[in-house]
Amino acid sequence: MGDAGTSIAIRSDRTGLAGVTPDSGCRKGVAANTPSAAGGVESPIVQTSVTVNGAPREHDVEPRLLLVQYLREVVGLTGTKVGCDTSSCGACTVLVDGESVKSCTMLAVQADGAAVTTIEGLAGDDDELHPVQAAFREHHGLQCGFCTAGMVMATVSLIEEIPAPTERDVRLGLEGNLCRCTGYHNIVQAVLAAADAIPQTAPETTKAAP
Amino acid sequence: MIPAPFDYLRAESAEEAVAALVEHGDDAKLIAGGMSLLPLMKLRLATPAVLVDVGRLRELSYVRDAGDHLAVGALTRHRDLETSELLAAQCTPLQLVAAEVGDNQVRHRGTIGGSVAHGDPASDLPAVLLALDAIAVARGPNGERTIPVAELFQGFLETALAPDELLVELRVPKLPGARASYQKFNRRAQDWAIVGALAIRNGTDRVALVNMGTVPLRARGVEDALAGGSSIPDAAERAADETDAPTDLNATPEFREHLARVLVRRALEAAT
Repeated sequence: MGDAGTSIAIRSDRTGLAGVTPDSGCRKGVAANTPSAAGGVESPIVQTSVTVNGAPREHDVEPRLLLVQYLREVVGLTGTKVGCDTSSCGACTVLVDGESVKSCTMLAVQADGAAVTTIEGLAGDDDELHPVQAAFREHHGLQCGFCTAGMVMATVSLIEEIPAPTERDVRLGLEGNLCRCTGYHNIVQAVLAAADAIPQTAPETTKAAP
Repeated sequence: MIPAPFDYLRAESAEEAVAALVEHGDDAKLIAGGMSLLPLMKLRLATPAVLVDVGRLRELSYVRDAGDHLAVGALTRHRDLETSELLAAQCTPLQLVAAEVGDNQVRHRGTIGGSVAHGDPASDLPAVLLALDAIAVARGPNGERTIPVAELFQGFLETALAPDELLVELRVPKLPGARASYQKFNRRAQDWAIVGALAIRNGTDRVALVNMGTVPLRARGVEDALAGGSSIPDAAERAADETDAPTDLNATPEFREHLARVLVRRALEAAT
């Protein structure tokens, strides 16, 4: 954890944190409670460094801040959606160090030191779509679109682990992502097409190629 | 949903984690992947004053050949169990059950130690460890002690781990060539098991049940019947003996007992 750079204040109307200052006397990654004016206990503040879509970010956050809140409300990237908020639907899926996770069920402080990739980080600098995004568009792998960011991120992780998935691999691999429009058929077609379009560079596969 | 405020301590070593537990006692809760604890904290069913994060203790993430058994670090993620070559060669039951936990996203975060220490009878991994007669290793302020998994689960979300102990390792037997099947019944793909049945056949038969009581259970009646020469269908009829199936939105106890008999039969047949 480096020195704090730009500290973006968390909005006090959401967190009740107005006036709380970081406890400078704590150990690395450790913060102590500070008594509030009301005599209760307020949440401490922890310096957190996360690389988001390639850009290093440093923020002072409450330990209870969820990663999805951090991404949407602190960093300002709203492509990641909150669906069920209970780790079931997968709409909030992002990559942490390259692996899919549900950002509603991870604390921002748990991502300290990690590289997080959101849907905004997939396209190239020239706005060329990532092959998974392109395949979802080509195969119309969406209806209302609410689950799409999570579906795409889960797919990127899935293809990384299984470069040549079968249809069964895809359906099992996306079991943590729910489409409320039940548009699974085209999503599966899009994932299979994306896997075909992505060069297989992984040294090992967990399943034999078809 | 946002958890209640808490202090956050990040342990850089197992010793530091234990020291934090000693200092904060019942106010502290360990978090690894957080796949079980965070949902409870978001619902404010759990409101620890101090959260001790052991998720960075990479030295507790391993699957090792320890001679007469395999040693699995408590911080080993489900994904790492699922893809372990050592487990594939020496202990497929643990591997195949790990692959059935939650979904990909959950398996990228969740750890075997977290799942075991949480003590949920609906979890998958406690049942396979029970069936394997695994040994848990806990580290406390006075050093390490071993606890047979058969004695670890004491009630719903209750284990024999003391408030100042950190689960550090699980020891499982080598069972090369063992055949196993895990039948998990649920309504949505990534859900908890409404009932789960695990069969391991390796000369002797081991059968364990998920979500048929306040703790994971061995189906001793089935095991004894098979050892006595019963057919699989006859033995499976005893799957619900001495169980205490819960009732909830998903199923009545009677339905769970029916599921246990059917799933045990299927698991035994698939593992034959």
